[in-house]
Amino acid sequence: MQNLGIYASRLVRKEENFVPGHRACIGCGEALAVRLAAKAFGKNTIVVNATGCMEIVASQLPYTSWKLPWIHTLFENSAAVASGIEAGLKAQMRKGKLPQEDIKVAAIAGDGATLDIGLQALSGAMERGHDFVYLCFDNEAYMNTGIQRSSATPFGASTTTSPAGRAKAGQMSWKKDMPAIAVAHNIPYVATACPSYPFDLIEKVKKGLETRGPTYIHILSVCPTGWRCDTEISVMLGRLAVETGVFPLYEVENGKYKMSMVPDKLKPVKDYMKLQRRFRHLKPEAIDSIQARVVEEYEKLLEKAK
Amino acid sequence: MIGKRHGIEVSIALADAVKLCDADVIAAYPITPQTHIVEHLAELVAEGELDAEYIPVESEHSALSACLGSAAAGARTFTATAGQGLELMHEVLYVASGMRLPIVMAVANRALSAPLSVWGDHSDAMAVRDTGWIQIFTENGQEVVDQIICAFKIAEHHKVLLPVMIHLDGFNLSHVIEPIEMPDKQGVCDFAPHRRSPLTLHPSRPVAMGDFAPPVIFTEAKWAQEQAMLVVKPTIVEIWEQFAEKFGRTYKPVECYKCDGAKNLLFTMGSFSETAMTAVDKLRQAGVDIGLVRLRLWRPFPFEEFCAAVKDAETLLVLDRCISSGGPGGPVASELKSALYKLDKKPKVVSFVGGLGGRDITVAGFEKIIVDGLELAETGQERIFEIVGVRE
Repeated sequence: MQNLGIYASRLVRKEENFVPGHRACIGCGEALAVRLAAKAFGKNTIVVNATGCMEIVASQLPYTSWKLPWIHTLFENSAAVASGIEAGLKAQMRKGKLPQEDIKVAAIAGDGATLDIGLQALSGAMERGHDFVYLCFDNEAYMNTGIQRSSATPFGASTTTSPAGRAKAGQMSWKKDMPAIAVAHNIPYVATACPSYPFDLIEKVKKGLETRGPTYIHILSVCPTGWRCDTEISVMLGRLAVETGVFPLYEVENGKYKMSMVPDKLKPVKDYMKLQRRFRHLKPEAIDSIQARVVEEYEKLLEKAK
Repeated sequence: MIGKRHGIEVSIALADAVKLCDADVIAAYPITPQTHIVEHLAELVAEGELDAEYIPVESEHSALSACLGSAAAGARTFTATAGQGLELMHEVLYVASGMRLPIVMAVANRALSAPLSVWGDHSDAMAVRDTGWIQIFTENGQEVVDQIICAFKIAEHHKVLLPVMIHLDGFNLSHVIEPIEMPDKQGVCDFAPHRRSPLTLHPSRPVAMGDFAPPVIFTEAKWAQEQAMLVVKPTIVEIWEQFAEKFGRTYKPVECYKCDGAKNLLFTMGSFSETAMTAVDKLRQAGVDIGLVRLRLWRPFPFEEFCAAVKDAETLLVLDRCISSGGPGGPVASELKSALYKLDKKPKVVSFVGGLGGRDITVAGFEKIIVDGLELAETGQERIFEIVGVRE
């Protein structure tokens, strides 16, 4: 189809389910991603939100930015709460206590709530096969509490609990591969997305919702505050993450990998890293070794998608 | 009318009571001595005898979290736990009560590690006494069944809307076989029909639950919750009266046994009360002036009923099945002391701690507690509390 870029935006729902007035920082990639995901949710979705940036910026009593039924309980249990909601609706509809209708359940959480403290609850819920979509908004640290490292923090990044100093050069472990952990649970749909590619993100969230059973979508959410970057380059940085191979976009349907986008040639990671002051302490050799690891991981992924 | 009584293990009878109440969702993680309850529920669901979603979660934290979700969606929800499991649920307990979700949970009371013990005491219950749950202690199997049925009606009552914990002593009660009369299904359905909360998660009427509260509103939110907790007692009593009318068994927040005119009272909670009654009977025959006061409703604390029960007593001997480490006696004893504070004429309180980690206290043991306690009341107690039967 010609001029897809022009027409695609008209196909997106106009209604907003995550509305303006929230307190996200300027340039927040996560707020952008949540807004797009909420468009994909439609009206018949119940949202379960873990403790984290999105809960704090969008739910201060007596206000809310959510036009959907929404619940926040704790940091680590959004997948378990979603399991209960799904089961509660199912039982009540089966027993005639509620009218039969298609109500979706979406759990949303940051990287700390997903890869670290909430991993057990998420693993349990995926293993049990509850019908819900889980969205991890990954801003690569505990940004809500003040930029502390998480297991999603990339190698070399300086955070307040993995600071770069004379003896250590920031985070000293590689980012935990959460999509691979989700795939290992044999769930029907896993994907990565980034709000810099909005239509791709919306499509994937829709697919995740419509697929029966547990589905997992890992969404890179640029955080100017924590990444120490300029606020107006969030969308561009998200693109660079994809174009450099740092955050490849792909889907895994029933175990089968498929790349969503393959750049002709990967851009150098230093183009991406130099715009973020969390990496500014890194020496050229360190950047070279990160570059080598990114390419290695990327090629492994291409191999899986063959 | 007394129906037919059958010998049945209390845990199994408890699960059957949950079936009679037609629960929609059960989420549970196995932990001794609660296991028989959820095993039997799993069987009932697997056999199609109970139409419910059984969620075999990966931890107690997730068990109560899943219950939170299902109760928020309006489903009738049940779980059971014990000891360490209740501790793992701890932070979720506050959320359930803060959100006013009518979850019913059975707790087969168990000691807390270390050293590891799967046997019974009240350490788990006392650790969660301030979490905003209604808490009811039971004495025998019949009471367990009846209180489970009442618990759903209490929790879902529009004036209550709070989660309810039914405590039964691990092993000492959960694993014994007793003659129990099971109420009939129709009677239970009529008495405690499922009443959905006025606010639930549903797209037809979007609500936000669990928003965060800045300092300007948090105190008000907690005060509202506390007001709700304080005014539920008449509703609980009313539901117990309705239960008595329908099923013929009467329950009160505070139970007195041979208390009329007694100057000395022994205080217990849970299944030890039956053993204590036998000791009271024996000592009464021997001419000792002693009665027994037993608390059924632990939260909200029935201040009026308790003070009325002990107002004429000179001595109150309190048995705690939990140590409040470094504190002013056992947790129950210190609580009772504070409840007595406003009385002009207060009984002397002698605090005992015993029955820890499944250590039995026999009838003779209770006789000794009473005799020693009365002597200590006379001579004065040097220690903050006495420990029962310890080998020093």
